[in-house]
Formats: sequence, structure tokens, C-alpha cells
Amino acid sequence: MDFLTTLQVLDSAIRLATPLLLACLAGLFSERAGILDIGLEGKMLAAAFFSAATASITGDVWLGLGAGIVASMALSLVHGLASITFRGNQLISGVAINFLAAGLTVLIAQAWFSQGGRTPSLIGTGRFEPLTLPGAEMLTGIPLVGPIYSELISGHSILVYVAFLMVPLTWWLLFRTRFGLRLRAVGEAPEAVDTAGVSVVGVRYVAVCICGILCGLAGAYLATALQAGFVKDMTAGRGFIALAALIFAKWRPWHALYACLLFGLLQAVALRYQNIDLGAFVVPVQFMDALPYILTVVILAGFVGKAIPPRAGGQPYVKES
Amino acid sequence: MSNADTPEADLLTDAVAPAIQLKGISKAFGPVQANKNISISVKPGTIHGIIGENGAGKSTLMSILYGFYKADSGQILINGAETQIPDSQAAIRAGIGMVFQHFKLVQNFTVLENIILGAEDGPLLRPSLNKARGVLKQLAEEYELNVDPDAVVEHLDVGHQQRVEILKALYRQADILILDEPTGVLTPAEADHLFRILENLRKEGKTIILITHKLREIMDATDTVSVMRRGEMTATVQTSETSPERLAEMMVGRKVLLQVKKTPAEPAGPILEVENLRHVDEQGVERLKGISLDVRGGEILGIAGVAGNGQSDLLEVLGGYAEGTGTIRVRGKEIDLTGRHSDGQSRRADGIAHVPEDRHREGLIMPFTAWENMIFGYHRDPGIQSGPLMDNAAIKTEAAAKMERFDVRPPDPRLAARNFSGGNQQKIVLAREIERNPDILLVGQPTRGVDIGAIEFIHQQIIRLRDEGKAILLVSVELDEIFSLSDRIAVMFDGRIMGERVPSETNEQELGLLMAGITDTAHAHVPASPMAMSEAELQKAAVEAPEPTTPEPPAPPPSEAASDTQPSAKAKDAPGKSKDHQEKPRPSESVASLSATLPQSTASVPRQPPPRQDPQESDPNG
Repeated sequence: MDFLTTLQVLDSAIRLATPLLLACLAGLFSERAGILDIGLEGKMLAAAFFSAATASITGDVWLGLGAGIVASMALSLVHGLASITFRGNQLISGVAINFLAAGLTVLIAQAWFSQGGRTPSLIGTGRFEPLTLPGAEMLTGIPLVGPIYSELISGHSILVYVAFLMVPLTWWLLFRTRFGLRLRAVGEAPEAVDTAGVSVVGVRYVAVCICGILCGLAGAYLATALQAGFVKDMTAGRGFIALAALIFAKWRPWHALYACLLFGLLQAVALRYQNIDLGAFVVPVQFMDALPYILTVVILAGFVGKAIPPRAGGQPYVKES
Repeated sequence: MSNADTPEADLLTDAVAPAIQLKGISKAFGPVQANKNISISVKPGTIHGIIGENGAGKSTLMSILYGFYKADSGQILINGAETQIPDSQAAIRAGIGMVFQHFKLVQNFTVLENIILGAEDGPLLRPSLNKARGVLKQLAEEYELNVDPDAVVEHLDVGHQQRVEILKALYRQADILILDEPTGVLTPAEADHLFRILENLRKEGKTIILITHKLREIMDATDTVSVMRRGEMTATVQTSETSPERLAEMMVGRKVLLQVKKTPAEPAGPILEVENLRHVDEQGVERLKGISLDVRGGEILGIAGVAGNGQSDLLEVLGGYAEGTGTIRVRGKEIDLTGRHSDGQSRRADGIAHVPEDRHREGLIMPFTAWENMIFGYHRDPGIQSGPLMDNAAIKTEAAAKMERFDVRPPDPRLAARNFSGGNQQKIVLAREIERNPDILLVGQPTRGVDIGAIEFIHQQIIRLRDEGKAILLVSVELDEIFSLSDRIAVMFDGRIMGERVPSETNEQELGLLMAGITDTAHAHVPASPMAMSEAELQKAAVEAPEPTTPEPPAPPPSEAASDTQPSAKAKDAPGKSKDHQEKPRPSESVASLSATLPQSTASVPRQPPPRQDPQESDPNG
């Protein structure tokens, strides 16, 4: 494998890791606050559809992005209402959101565009274009550094950079600010937060809203940057892979980045090398396609060692003394 | 101690408005009237005790004061001004701090993070953390409240966790500190330290409300005491003008015997014989090192010892849920110690009933109903089968009758076990085991966490069983209880029986030495008065005690070294008080001080798994 091919695979890995990373961080905010969120998938899907639909109708990708975030936020608030206000079961609420999004997106897509549950292909300003970072072309000639900068680092859509910047931002928010302290506390010991005179419900709603925004970004990225338009079930389990990455990362932002890059790389390899000829036998394409999912199962089966989730995760807070 | 200066305090505070005044507070939960028209006035700068049995409404009242519940009617006056307390925030603003019975701490946060949570100065943490570090240092010096500010809370022992709770309240500038059953989870030494802290706080002018059901604490620590019974405030008196007996009577509503009445034992032949019993636990540590004892019919054999010296293991092997080697004979018949015929059910079939030490974990299934709990262990009894099914109707009727006889309140067999108070839960377990008419009753810590009224009843039941000619093996860490119930006392230390004594011919000093593993009393220069022993002699005696064979030396929590800055802090912790019921004043505190000078492992052989270490979990670099 030559240098350029390696770069291309890595480049593709970054693109593929981006939606995972955004969704993973979304889950991190929610779960660190004690709200399990199995509905990442559904929120991404809804955001993907509404962003693509809006972008295709208005021709403005930024409006599309806004619509995607609104859609994802709406589902987040439904989840919040069910699990925070009404103290319902968070898993069931999440599953319901996934079903709702899977069905509703296709239904509305068919009703609006009559293209078999997809949106028209996005063109021009309806899509996020790659950004060429300053100096990328100048540096191309320089060996090693040049190609790495121009191929790998430059030339992604803005959402990719947003996603990667979210990692240090999330870390800073969680561990260096008052909000982060309260968010983490509310996921570990809500009664401690309550007796300290801080609203448990308030902190949890903020967390759920941040989760909605990040899922919206992830979904919009899928439909308007990674691909050009919405197709049925286009998230393809990315929400669940993001959850796996979250557990793999033990709910820590930097580790979430590494985990998502790993999953992104696997997906990139699977895309690039459809059949790997090992001489004795050929690894079939199906195996490569399934690899990220197989890894997910292996990781979730406890391969990562003991992952201790936030202690109050999944439990509605009921005040008692 | 604190009573000495109350007259002076009286003069000072008569002019000052009460720190807290409640007027006609009522609160009902559905049909249950938890608080009925409660009025109370707490003078500033005093320690005010509120005593009452479990369920008397103490905690509800304090929750109202802390904004957790809203009173149905009534007024709250703080420093003379009427104050609305709709939530905890308002209570904090009014200068009220609360130390809950179950700590409200974030386990994987550091002490500092816990302290500032909810009281941060700005959106960024660093300035708040720095400020808190300074304040903490100052508070530690002022009040003996030493805690390592960077320790992770889950690695601290309960005593230190409680200090964090107090620090949290002080950091929020609380002038009024409410402590709800603060000593329930503490060792005597830790409790002692707590009361020194409270005394220091009082001297600084803080007002302290101490909620407890332990008479001794009230008598020792408070200036004034209010008694609650069934949701009502029945009396408020000066502590110096009352007595434990009076308080007990006011709490329970009738005269209570703090001393059990019993006739001398009339023991028959041995029913339970144990020879050379050994047990190795899961970690490979030998917990029982050749125990031999026998219990005769019609007597109570008390096993005394510092917790963790093999008493629990003895109960477990005898009760059939741990394996052992050696010989156990019941009425001369040897029973299996391993394999298929060694479990709780086979033991019960052999006539050994067991009231386990930890009723929540081993005695009851908390979410199950009382009648279900009352049949466990006996559920294969042919008498209650109806074809292939259990005859639930019969079981319920029987359970109701037993609950009546054992004065379980409320006597409703359909209520879940967790809905009963500690004393009533214990009565359910006792009723189950005693009413099956066993030959041998094993009882572990029968009155731990039990109300004073229930203690009396439980002790009477145990003695009644003895008088019926049964053999009773009692394990208790409360020396008072051992003395008042036992006909013979065996002292355990490090998995061995150090000696047997008859209660009338021994005293607490002698038992204390045995509990510390010292048998050669002459050699230790003790006989008459261990009080006369110098520290050095005690240490020497302790060093000569059999070496505990724990594999690893118990590592103190990482924070320990840093938190107790004075080198003598450990020694000062020593003079412990027995926790529960009031009795004649102890001639000496030698028991506790001895165990404190011993190598640590004897006092607390580390049974519990080491604190969970997951340094990454709260790693800020995550």
C-alpha cells in the first residue's frame, strides 16, 4: 500500500468518523447527565432527512442544517419529557424514537418528493462543500507534510472541523466549568445536586438539548456533506456504533475521539478494499462490510474491560429524603 | 460536659431570638399524619437533641426545615424572622445545613468538587476550587475537620465522608446544622470524633440539631432535648434535668426496662458441640482457626469480640452458608459441613435456626411481603403444602398470628418487608426462626439499628427461648448486650476463642483484654486496674498478642495519612463509647483504647473488598 493510498484511506476514515464522533459526543452529554440515549440513531436519521429536504427545497444548506437540528432537538425533547418529566423508562423512549424516525422520514419523503422515500440529490449550495484550508495548495509540493496537510487535513466540509473541535470543547466544558461539574454530578448522584440547591431537572434538560444539537449536526452531515441527499435508513446503525464507541471510551471525550476514529477507519477500509485476497482465501466483501458491526459486538461484550457507566444512568430522579 | 455552661448560655440567649422556631407544623402523607402540630424553639449556640423512635416523624420534620417537603400548615421562624423554605436553596440561604443519614455525595468526585457543587462562585471551576481549598484548610484547623481535599470520596471511610458533609454545610456558611442519625454508620471512635467536632462548632456559636434514637448520645452531647412520639412533640427538657430512663419512657410512651430481667440459667446437657472448627474464606484467609465450644440447653452463650475477628464466619458455618472443617454435633449427632447437606435448609432441619447479623442482606428479601419473608427457609415444610402448591392462605393466617404475638407493627402480613422499621423487621425474622421451635438459635447482632422499645422485646424473646431449654448462641459487638443476656461469655480474637468467662465473675476490662488477644493478664501487669497501665505497657501487651495472620497489612485509605495531620489523631480517637443503650457508667474505656493501640488488623481485619480503584473514571484528562 503506497503512501497516497494510505492517505486516502485515512482521509476517508476522518469523513466516516465525523458523524460517529458527533453522535458519540451527543450521547456523552446525555449519559453523563444520567439520561441513557438509545435514540441517537433516530435523531440522526430525522436530522438527515429534514436537513436534506430543506436544503433541496430552499437550495440553502445552512437552512437545511438548521432544520436538521430543530428536528433532532424536537425528538430530544420528547425523550426528555418522557424520561425526565414523566420519569419513564429511558430505553423504551429511545427505542420508540428510533422507530418513529425510521418510519416518519420515509413516509414524509415519499409524500413530499415521491422518489421512493428519498430526497432529490443535492447540488450546489444545497450541500456542504469541502473547505480548502489556507496554504493547502502551496504546500502540496513538500514531501510528507504537504500531502498530509492538503489531502488529510484540508479539504473537508466545515462540519468535520466542528466535530473535531467539539472534542476539546466537550472536555473543557465537562471538567473545567461549573456546568460540567453539575452535569457530571447529576449523572452520578442527583440527590447530591438536589440537596445542594440545584435543579436536577434543569441540568438534565440542558444535557438532552445539547445531545439534540449534536445529533442534528451528525445527521445533517450525513445527508448534506458525506452524501448528497437523504436515502431510507441512511444512518445504517451509526447511532448504535456511536453508543458502542461511547462505552468503549468509558464516557470520556478524548477516548471517544479515538474510538470513533477506529470505527471510521474500519468503515473506510471496508469501503476501499472490497475483497481482500490473502492468497489462500479471499476475505469476502460482506465480511469487510460487517467488520465495524462485529467489532461493536465484541466491544460491547466486554472486551474493553470494565466500563463503569454514570451511576444514576437510566434512573429517573425521584426526590426522597 | 456541655451542660456546665448552660446557665450562662441561658442568660445570654434569653434576649436573643431562637435560632429556629417552629410553630404548629403539620404534615400528612395521605392518611398518615407524620407531623402533628409541632412547635419547637431552639436556642442559638446550643446542641439540641431530637429523640424518638424510628417513624416518630423526626426526619419528616427536618425535611420540612430543609425544604424537601412543604408543611401543610405552620410557621418557620429563623432567627426571629418568618421564613418560607420552599426548596433546599432557600434553606441554604437561611443558613441551614443538613447532614443526611445517607450521605448526599458524588462518589467519584474529589472532596473539593463535592464541596463546591452548587456553591460555585462563577462559571469556571478553578477559582472556586482554589477558594474552597483555602476555606477547607481553615475549617480543618478550627474544628478538627481534617479531610484530604483531593481525595476521591469513594476512597474515604464513612467517618471522613461524614466530615465532607459537614464541611459542605459550613462552606455554605450554615449557622444551623442539622444532623440526622449521624452515628448510625460510625464506629465508636469515629462517633467520638464527631461529637468533638460538634462541640467545637457549638463553641463557635453554631446551633446544632442532633436527631437520634440513641439515648447515650443525647445524654452526652446535648444541652436540650425534645422528644417525639408518633408525629407529636411530647416534651422538651434540659438534658441535665432528665435521665435516660425518663427519656426512654417519653419516647416509647411507657416504662422501658433498660436492663433485661432474667433468672439464673438452669443449663441441661450440651445441645450444640463444636470441635476444632476451621474456615477459610474466598480470599484464602483462615478466618476460623480451630474453634471449640459447646452450648447447653437453657443457656445463652455470648460471643464477644471486636467486629471482624471471625464471629460472622462462625455464624455462617454454623448456619450452613459457608463451608468449614471440624466437627459440629447437634444433640450428639454429627452434621455435614460441606456438600449437599450443608445449607441453611438442612441446618434448619437439624434444628438450628439462625437470625443473621445483616437482616437486610441475609435475613429478609426487602421487596417481598412479610408473609413471604416469614416462610423462607421453611417453605418446603409439609405442613404448608397444598398438593404441588404452597398453601398461601394458611401461610398468611399463620404469619398474621405470629406478627401479632411478636408485636410487629403494623401487623399486616401483606406489607413489603422494607416498609417496616428496623425493629419490626428484626421481629419478623425472630418470629420466623423462634416460632419453628428450634433446638438451637444462632443470633447475630439482634438489636443493631433497632428502636429502644423493640430492643427490650427482642431481649425478652431470646430469654424466653432460653427458659424453654433451648441453646442460644449470641454474637454481638455490643458489650452491654453480651453482659445483659449471656450466661457464659466466650471472647473471640483472630479466629480463636481466647477464653470463656461467667458474666458475674468478670468485668469489661478483662473482656477487653481478651478481645485484644491478651490472655496472659499477669504478664501484662493488669489485674486490678488496666487504667493504671501506661500507654507503653498497653502497646507492649498488644505487641505480644498473637500475630494476626492476615496476608496483607490493611492499607489505610490513601487519604488517611494526609487527612489526619496530627500524629496523635489516631490515639485521640481511641476512647470509644458503646453506642446504644444507656447503662451504668463504664468504669473504664479500656476496651476501646486497647483495640486502638493494637495492630490495626485486629480491630478491623479487612473483610470488605479494597476500595474500588478506577483512577480513570474521574480523570479530568478523559
